[in-house]
Amino acid sequence: MTSDARTPDPEKEKRKIKSAKKMKEIMTSYYIEAKTAEQTGKKVAWITSGGPVEPLLVMDIIPVYPENHGAMIGASKMGVDLCEKSEQMGYSRDLCSYARADIACSPVNGGPIGGLPKPDMLICCNNICGTVLKWYEVQARYYKVPLFILDTPFCHTEFSDEARKYVRKQVDEYIRFLETVCGKRCDFDRMAEVGKLSVTGQRLWQEVLDTAAHKPAPLSAFDAFFHLALIVTLRGTQTVIDYYTGLLEEMKERIRSGIGAVENEKYRLLWDNLPVWYRTKWLSEKFSSHDACLVADTYTSAWCGSLKYIDENDFLGTMAEGYSRIYLNIGVDEMAETVIDMVDKYDADGVVMHSNRSCKPYSLGQYDIQRIVQEKRKVPTLMIEADMVDERSFSESQIETRIDAFMEVLKAR
Amino acid sequence: MMNNLELFRSIAKNPNGYAEGLKKERGGKIVGYFCSYAPEEIISAAGAVPFRIFGKGDIALADAHLQAYSCSLVRGALEDALSGGLEFLDGVVFPHTCDSIQRLSDIWRMNAGTGFHIDVVLPVKLDADSSKEYMTDVMKKFVRDIEKSLGVSISADSLRACAEKYNRIRKYLKKIFEIRSKNPAVIRSSDVHAIIKASMVMDRDLLLKELASLVEELQKEPEKGKPAGKRIVLAGGICNLPDIYSLIEDSGGDVVWDDFCTGSRYFEGAIDLNGDVVQSIAERYSNRVVCPAKHSGLFPRGEHLVKIAKENNAKGVIFLFLKFCDPHSFDYPYIKEMLDREGIPSMLFEIEEQLPSEGQFKTRCEAFLEML
Repeated sequence: MTSDARTPDPEKEKRKIKSAKKMKEIMTSYYIEAKTAEQTGKKVAWITSGGPVEPLLVMDIIPVYPENHGAMIGASKMGVDLCEKSEQMGYSRDLCSYARADIACSPVNGGPIGGLPKPDMLICCNNICGTVLKWYEVQARYYKVPLFILDTPFCHTEFSDEARKYVRKQVDEYIRFLETVCGKRCDFDRMAEVGKLSVTGQRLWQEVLDTAAHKPAPLSAFDAFFHLALIVTLRGTQTVIDYYTGLLEEMKERIRSGIGAVENEKYRLLWDNLPVWYRTKWLSEKFSSHDACLVADTYTSAWCGSLKYIDENDFLGTMAEGYSRIYLNIGVDEMAETVIDMVDKYDADGVVMHSNRSCKPYSLGQYDIQRIVQEKRKVPTLMIEADMVDERSFSESQIETRIDAFMEVLKAR
Repeated sequence: MMNNLELFRSIAKNPNGYAEGLKKERGGKIVGYFCSYAPEEIISAAGAVPFRIFGKGDIALADAHLQAYSCSLVRGALEDALSGGLEFLDGVVFPHTCDSIQRLSDIWRMNAGTGFHIDVVLPVKLDADSSKEYMTDVMKKFVRDIEKSLGVSISADSLRACAEKYNRIRKYLKKIFEIRSKNPAVIRSSDVHAIIKASMVMDRDLLLKELASLVEELQKEPEKGKPAGKRIVLAGGICNLPDIYSLIEDSGGDVVWDDFCTGSRYFEGAIDLNGDVVQSIAERYSNRVVCPAKHSGLFPRGEHLVKIAKENNAKGVIFLFLKFCDPHSFDYPYIKEMLDREGIPSMLFEIEEQLPSEGQFKTRCEAFLEML
C-alpha cells in the first residue's frame, strides 16, 4: 500500500467532473420541493420518462418520474428487496423491475428517499413501452387519481398521417385534462416559452454528448447516465439550460486540457440499452482497466434524438410528433441505422449491448441490430445478459469473463 | 354423430397442413395474422383466407433473433416461419398489441420471408374520442394497404357481406359456448378449443356451413346423465394446449366459459351492419372485450371476468398465462383481488413451453378442484 486512502488520488481528482456537485444540489432541492408539495399546495403529476412534461410546467404542476425513482432504487441497491416485495403482492418476477420496485414502494414508502410524493394525477406516454401503460393503471387504481394516456402509435416503418392527426388531437385532450384537474386555464404564451426552453435544453444536452466524439472523450456513457437526470426531470426549465451550459463549458475545457474520462483511452465503445444501475461503478472500472471508454450510448441520447421533428416556434403543434418518433418507438432496422451512425460519429471500436430482461422494447431486436452492425461496420459486439434494477439477474463472474474475452478480441485487432 | 367434429379436430391439429392443402387444391391467397385484433373481415373482403399463426415448439432458429425471456407464442411463431412451415402465406398482418409482438413484427419483416408485411398500428387506448376516430382511420388505411398488397379492390358491398359473415361465425361460436355452459357433457372442451382454433384458419364459407350444422346437431343432443364436474372459467391470453382441457376434465372440472383471445374475446362483439361499414368494423374492435395490452378504463377486465364467472355459475377461475406475458401478469393481482372479494377462488398457472409442465399442472389442478 503506497497511497493513503484519505488523500485523494490527484489523477482521479483531475478526471472528476466538477459540475456534478451542482447537479446533486439541483436534484436534492427538486426532490425536496416535490416531497413538500402538500404543504405548498402545488399539485404533483407522475409522468413517464418520455412523456410530455412541458404542459405540466406551464400549469405549475410538479412532475415526478417513477422511472428516475427506479434508477435511484437500482443505484442504491435496494432493488432486490423491493422486487421481492412486489412478487409477494402477486406481480411476476418477469415484469419490469422499475415497475415492480415502484409498485412495491407505494404502500410502504420504501426506497432511498422514502417513497415518491403522492400523485394528484398520472401522465403516461407509451412511446417507450407498453409496460408503462400497465404500471400506471396499477398506480391509478392504488392512488385513485385521474390517468391521462398519450398514445403514440409505433413507427415500424413510417409515422403515418393518421398517426400525426391522432397525436395532435391528443395534445388538445391533454391540455383539457390538465385544465380540468387544475381548475384553471392553460397559458399558451407561457407554453410557447416553456417549449423553447425545452428545445434549448435538449440541444445543449446533445452538445454535451457530442463532446465525447473528441479523443480522448471528456465524458463517458457512465457520466452521461448520471447527468441525464436533469434533461429527464427538469426539461423545459431554465435550470437545465444553465446547468448544461456549465457542463458543456467544463467538457470543452477538458478537451482543451486533454483530460479524458478514462486515463489511457485506447478503445472507444458504444453502450446500448439502459444502464445496469447497481453496477455502473463496477462496469466503468472494469472497462477502464482495459483502457476502454464507453464514449456514447443509445439511451441518454433518446432525450434529444427526435429534435428534428419539433418546431420550436410551434412546440404544442409539433411536440407530439417528436415524442412519437423517439429511439424506442421506431423499428429495429431504423434503430440499427442509428447505432451505425453513432459508431461512425464517435469512431467506436466496438458495441456493448445490455440485454435487459426488464425492457422488451429495448432488448428484443438487439440480436438483429448486433448482426447488422457487425456486417456493416465490422466492429465486434458484446452482449451482456442482465437487468437494470434486479440484481438477481446479474452474474458478475460470467459477465467479467465475457468482458475480458471481448477486450482480448479488440486488442488483437 | 357429429362427423364435422373430426374435421375441426384435424384442422386444429395441423393448421399449416390444412392451409397447404387449401392452396394446392384451389390456389387463392392466404394471409397470416397475429392476435384477435387483426381485422379479419377486411382480409376476407380482399379475397384472402385469414390464417392465425399459432407457431410451433422445438425452438432453434428463432433463438438467433429472440431472447429466452420472450413468450413461447412469439418465439414459436418466428420458428415456424424460419423453418419453412409457413411458405403457403402470401403475406402477414401484424396488429399492434404488446411489446413482444411489436418487436416480433420488426424481426419478422426483416427475416421471415413470408410475403408482404402490413403493420396495423391500432390505438392502445380505446376509450377516448381521438382514439375512436383513429381506429377508423387505421381501418381505412388497412383497406388501402391490403388492396395494394393483394392487387385487388374492395367494394363496400363485399366488405359488408364479410362483416355479416363474421357476425354469423361469431354468433355460432358463442352459441357453442352457451350450449356447453348449459350442458357441459354435450361437448368436450378440447373439441370446443379445436373448433375455435380451426375457425381462425379455415376457409370461412366452409366454416360457416360446418358451424351451422354442428350447432344444429348439438342442440338436438339430449341432456347427458354424467355427474357434473366442478364448473371452471379459464382466463388468460392464447391457450394453444388442447391437452390442458382433458387434464382439467380428468381432474373433475368442467370448463364452462373462458376469457381467452382464442376463446370468447374472439367472438364477443358484433359489427353494426347499418351505416359506414369500415367505421362499424372499427367500432367493433374499439368496443369488444378488451385485451390487457389495450386500455379501456381501469377495471373492465376484472369486472368482465367476475361477470362471466357469475353468469356461468363457475366455482372457480383458472388463470393460464404464457410465461413472459407482461400485460396479463400486470393485471393478475387486481383481478384476483376482485374475484377474492366475490368469493370466487382462483389459481394461476404459467405455461412455459408446449408440454413439460403438464405433470405439475395436473397436480395443481387436482388440488385446486378438490378444494372447491
